[in-house]
Amino acid sequence: MKKCSVAITGSGAALPERRMTNFDLEKMVETSDEWIFSRTGIRERRILEEGLSNVDLSERASREALRNAGLEPEQVELILVATVTPDYPLPATACNLQARLGAFQAAAMDIAAGCSGFIYALTVADHFIRAGTYQNALVIGVEILSRIIDWEDRSTCVLFGDGAGAAVLQPVTGDRGLISFELGADGRGLESLYIPAGGVALPTSAETVQQRLHYVKMDGPEIFKFAVRVVGETLDHLLKKGELQPTDLDHLFLHQANLRIIESIRKRLKLPREKVPVNIDRYGNMSSATIPIALYEEVAAGRLKEGDLLAAVAFGAGLTWGGILMRW
Amino acid sequence: MNVEEKVKAIVSEQLEVAVDSLTIETTFEEIDADSLDIVELVMALEEEFDLEISDQEIEEIKTIGDIVSFIESKV
Repeated sequence: MKKCSVAITGSGAALPERRMTNFDLEKMVETSDEWIFSRTGIRERRILEEGLSNVDLSERASREALRNAGLEPEQVELILVATVTPDYPLPATACNLQARLGAFQAAAMDIAAGCSGFIYALTVADHFIRAGTYQNALVIGVEILSRIIDWEDRSTCVLFGDGAGAAVLQPVTGDRGLISFELGADGRGLESLYIPAGGVALPTSAETVQQRLHYVKMDGPEIFKFAVRVVGETLDHLLKKGELQPTDLDHLFLHQANLRIIESIRKRLKLPREKVPVNIDRYGNMSSATIPIALYEEVAAGRLKEGDLLAAVAFGAGLTWGGILMRW
Repeated sequence: MNVEEKVKAIVSEQLEVAVDSLTIETTFEEIDADSLDIVELVMALEEEFDLEISDQEIEEIKTIGDIVSFIESKV
């Protein structure tokens, strides 16, 4: 029987033009470039221009990924948008994107799994394709976090940025493609990272707006501990399934939440810097967009080559986590 | 190695400071450890001594000696 596996056959990325440096932030809240950089590794982030929205960045990233995969929008069969910052509470951004692209053959839905969203969405797409339901899928990780953070809260507003990354998945033969995955969640950590109001638990009212309950609230140290632990465990499981060692990896893509988390994990695994791509210095934490943008950038720079073994692991609100092992 | 020596060794490795420069009175402020350093240190200690240190207990840690007496009270 022929083994069917699913690979990323095209990738794309889109970033807002507007840069906001730590020095810009110094003028807005009580903070400093030195404080932000030493604790997070962030130098600057991109902020989406007024008048543009999620679907504008998603469309740009998607068109590039489709072009790189040699696929026309009309041929797309499934669109999954991983985001926690949709354009509307209803309906899904994926539907809006489908219309923008003219991909009217495609089923379309959003996947909300916090910063792990792209890994969750990749895994869902992989299953649809391996089951033979669809011949391809367009998966996007996109966030416009600048619109949901409290610009008066210096503990969170310095951390986040906007961006979109897209990947086209198709069946392939040979050794390429997704090897294994692991998804997890622990809903007991809900309040470690959440937006209290605006859903049906606490609908929008004059009070919720006044109390600033529509912004991201985060327990930083708790998330830090959770991240270092869960990424280590997830990687362990992924590598065990493939009977591999950390040193067998050519690339390790980690969710870019904090350079200190990335470095802590990298040192534990004894991996050299060049195997663990970093873009948080330039873009901040873009939630589900960080990994697809890093994948795109490594391909564009010629560092991610066919046959390379890579792992990608993300963690975030939920709490959720997810990892994949893949032969590029 | 006793608890004190083990703690000093872990602090030295995690925070990249010479082990000889650490005493029981050394404060984390003196060796420029910020809140994330402390979290990482606590994780390494939890692993080494197979125990859990709560957020509240972390806040009470100010010196190497605080960690040593905390661990000795738990094991």
